[in-house]
Amino acid sequence: MQTGLLPPRFQTWFQSRGWSPRQHQLDLIGKLAEGKSTLLIAPTGAGKTLAGFLPSLVELDSEAGRRKPGSAGSKGVHTLYISPLKALAVDIARNLEAPVAEMGLKIRIETRTGDTPTHKRQRQKVNPPDMLLTTPEQIALLLSDPASEQVLRSVRTVILDELHALVTSKRGDLLALGLARLRRLAPNLRTIGLSATVAQPEDLQAYLVGQPDPEHRALADLVEVKGGAKPDISILDSGERLPWASHTARYAVEDMYRLIKGHQVTLLFVNTRSQAESIFQELWRINEDTLPIALHHGSLDAGQRRKVEGAMAAGVLRAVVATSSLDMGIDWGDIDLVINIGAPKGASRLAQRIGRANHRMDEPSKAILVPANRFEVLECQAALAASEDGDQDTPPLRKGALDVLTQHLLGLACAAPLDAEETYNEIRSCETYRHLSRESFDRALDFVATGGYALKTYDRYARLKLDQNGHWRIANPKIAQQYRLNVGTIVEAPMLKVRLVRSRAEGRRTPVGRGGRVLGQIEEWFIEQLAPGDTFIFGGEILRFEGLSENEAQVSRSKAQTPMIPSYQGGKFPLSTYLADRVRGILSTPQSWQRLPSQVREWLELQQDKSRLPDRNGLLVETFPRAGRHYMVCYPFEGRLAHQTLGMLLTKRLERWGARPMGFVASDYALAVWGLGDLQTLFSSGKLSLDTLFEEDILGDDLDAWLADSSLLKRTFRNCAVIAGLIERRHPGQEKSGRQITVSSDLIYDVLRRHEPGHILLEATWNDAAEGLLDISRLGELLARIRGRIAHTSLQRVSPLAVPVLLEIGREPIYGEAMESILSEAADDLVSEAMSK
Amino acid sequence: MSLLPSHMRDFMVVPVCHDIQINGQTIGLHDSGVLWWPEESTLVVADLHLEKGSSYARRGVMLPPYDTAATLEKLAAVIDAFDPARVIALGDSFHDMGGSDRLPPAYRAMLTTLQLNREWIWVTGNHDPIAPVRLCGETVDEITLGALTFRHEPVEGINAADGEVCGHLHPAGRVRRFGRSLRRPCFVTDGSRLVLPAFGALTGGLNVMDKAYETLFERRRFSAFLLGENRLYPFTASRLIAD
Repeated sequence: MQTGLLPPRFQTWFQSRGWSPRQHQLDLIGKLAEGKSTLLIAPTGAGKTLAGFLPSLVELDSEAGRRKPGSAGSKGVHTLYISPLKALAVDIARNLEAPVAEMGLKIRIETRTGDTPTHKRQRQKVNPPDMLLTTPEQIALLLSDPASEQVLRSVRTVILDELHALVTSKRGDLLALGLARLRRLAPNLRTIGLSATVAQPEDLQAYLVGQPDPEHRALADLVEVKGGAKPDISILDSGERLPWASHTARYAVEDMYRLIKGHQVTLLFVNTRSQAESIFQELWRINEDTLPIALHHGSLDAGQRRKVEGAMAAGVLRAVVATSSLDMGIDWGDIDLVINIGAPKGASRLAQRIGRANHRMDEPSKAILVPANRFEVLECQAALAASEDGDQDTPPLRKGALDVLTQHLLGLACAAPLDAEETYNEIRSCETYRHLSRESFDRALDFVATGGYALKTYDRYARLKLDQNGHWRIANPKIAQQYRLNVGTIVEAPMLKVRLVRSRAEGRRTPVGRGGRVLGQIEEWFIEQLAPGDTFIFGGEILRFEGLSENEAQVSRSKAQTPMIPSYQGGKFPLSTYLADRVRGILSTPQSWQRLPSQVREWLELQQDKSRLPDRNGLLVETFPRAGRHYMVCYPFEGRLAHQTLGMLLTKRLERWGARPMGFVASDYALAVWGLGDLQTLFSSGKLSLDTLFEEDILGDDLDAWLADSSLLKRTFRNCAVIAGLIERRHPGQEKSGRQITVSSDLIYDVLRRHEPGHILLEATWNDAAEGLLDISRLGELLARIRGRIAHTSLQRVSPLAVPVLLEIGREPIYGEAMESILSEAADDLVSEAMSK
Repeated sequence: MSLLPSHMRDFMVVPVCHDIQINGQTIGLHDSGVLWWPEESTLVVADLHLEKGSSYARRGVMLPPYDTAATLEKLAAVIDAFDPARVIALGDSFHDMGGSDRLPPAYRAMLTTLQLNREWIWVTGNHDPIAPVRLCGETVDEITLGALTFRHEPVEGINAADGEVCGHLHPAGRVRRFGRSLRRPCFVTDGSRLVLPAFGALTGGLNVMDKAYETLFERRRFSAFLLGENRLYPFTASRLIAD
């Protein structure tokens, strides 16, 4: 090993700890010394973070004589470390202190996050630290400030932690744009990306460097640490009956409790907040040994979360039930078991979660998968096989979002007058914006200036104005203020505080008291579906909804045994294409079923007997009558989002064929449509062939027609409009009273669609939706795959495979015809009520 | 009279109303959100909030500049269908005091055409407490015709103002059915007082279960008429839910 790259005091330090530097740590020092940007892919426990910092520590140490760290007039920041979590930045800063002190390095390390006090931020501009640990939002803020340029010109190294997680979101777009500007300020800077194993390392390698040429992709170097011990994964073998359609895994709670008892520290991962709530509650119900078991999810009060994290780090907890809020980052110490509850959704996602156990790379992480229902058994089996093969299914790099671009352009103009041509070239140097057309760029700029409307009535109010040099300048300093309030791409769903009050059950009309405790925050949409008196789980307790008061949901403790409102929302991530294919593979090969629990095997055998099995590349469609309605169930296994979109489109088409569809429900695996018309006869008579029904042109006019009034799209539009600064962000603490005064994004959306259908924010909305909520590309691939391979089975009754999706009716939102029908049904109800008297 | 060729309209106005009685006076509620009083040949429209877009743009928030056009087009279609002798704009006709001055010439001409051959009354509102500039019509704080009084902001107190027709609150009702809920602008009345929905294209709504209505209507003793496509949907307060 050529430790020559390491200065003596570093070597001594390693020796004093009884360590030796790892090869990849030395490799990285070498790459950086050659001026090369580098992606480091390594499993957890490989000393990834230290590897990222070593080159800078070495460099700063050797320059120590020339730089005067900490003194006024020093050159500025040498290294920027950017993490997706501010807690992670703070944690890393703390962890770096020890080695820096032990080696006697004169390096000043500071953090800068949303929590950093203003005076410290000001000081950092005057007297910058050598290393600044921060977040993408803070980088954007720094870049928009004319005073920061001096501080950032000196940057030599940018370390991007958890890069695989960053690049999948709009924060990754914002960061990419920020990097492009940094590169212009400091042309010699090198980047280091730290990442877990991904399917396409080249994507990340391209993200890390400037792209000089739109036709040819430049790549950063790659250092990959292979191996690490294979994780020890198994599927829970429960003696209990496997539910058909549950999402809670409540059946296995005794098993989980036994596992917690048999291990030191267990991390229980779930997909949704409500699953976390339910499991946590069930565990405490049987917690006879009062083991310290905690709960961690994003809606809990921040103080509460910090407390749990602290207790975890201090080693006083035996188990934590967590959502993806704990997916990455901070080292929790000695977790010796990960239990993944519910569907794994993706092979890489599961691998990253399992990596949370056992942060020593040569020992295998131990994980147990707990499927919540029968289909999830198949998914767990597929994920297990993928893990054995070491396969990855991280998504490909996203295309840079236009709303983020508009936000960034305003930020650039706040920093200095902006030259359109130069800026366009700078933006295209980002891998994710490489293919941005000049026309789109100009429209984005026009949006920033005057809203981007064909009707030019806002010129006199323009936010950006051309100066005599042909540069775009902000019209007044207030614009910069507005920008700073709006920076960032995380748009929180509107949240309400949940406050505990005295119950006003038993018909008491007394006003509820004010002073109760705040339990946390909950999404507005969830509260909107509750009526006073409904019960639901939150913070591990069953609560009764008492009513709404300004921006608070008032609740009381309920004695109810089970909550009335099942609050399952499928995880944000649908089943990955890769796992879906594996699941179809298992289903279509009965020989592979011996690895499945006997209950599942019998279920599939029954399906084989009563109907037939879906094959790997085709589509099985079953039709049957039930309770006066006609059902059609199909099994594409393409994830809930794509199925929802398909459901919408199929209902539209069936309506046109007079099949009178009434609604549909979608799961990750299947889609059920029902109606009054006889679908069975419609198909078997040849009046409407399944090939016609599933024809790819369904993605054309029908999609447009449906989208015109889709609430999914309106929600997406709201996010884009907030990021682009078209509607003002609601800031915490701001009252949301006077709803009639605020402008509803739905109304803006409607007006835009009618008057400016080509508006850049509608394009941004469409891109987001097609990629995310609607999963259009996946649906397109499905339709292409099944063409000519649709097998119709006409049944007398529901098939075994169809039971789970039918049981979702009532749990999942049911989609039906136009919303207008709710009104007429509710109103007709009233009429019949009146008539019966 | 038609201002717009029919193909340019994306809504149809059928001049059929839902008749109700307010303070003993029979009047019609229309699914466009206006009130039609045939006896007086009077059409009442509340909270147009014209030039709301430009009002925001002045502050650097570039809302679409089409709200005025959308609102006026819809108003034109309604006026065309009813051909009233008198129009009462029930306050907050402009989003701010400078709104009437900013009104682009094309829309000013459109509005002026709408005012031809009929009486036009601007009732003042909290957003537009003064008379609009360079526009026809009479400006009043309130006006009483027979058993009905038209003003922008309701007088506080249950049964405090029999025959009051007002706007200001932008009422919206929410109903739930099969686990889904739907929110729509609506008329609210207890038979003695009537609150009109906001007509403007970029106006939000305040749920009728909000505290603000408690000083106007007795709890659960009022009805809401939700605006639907070519009809109104009546609900008693007990069928409505809060946001």
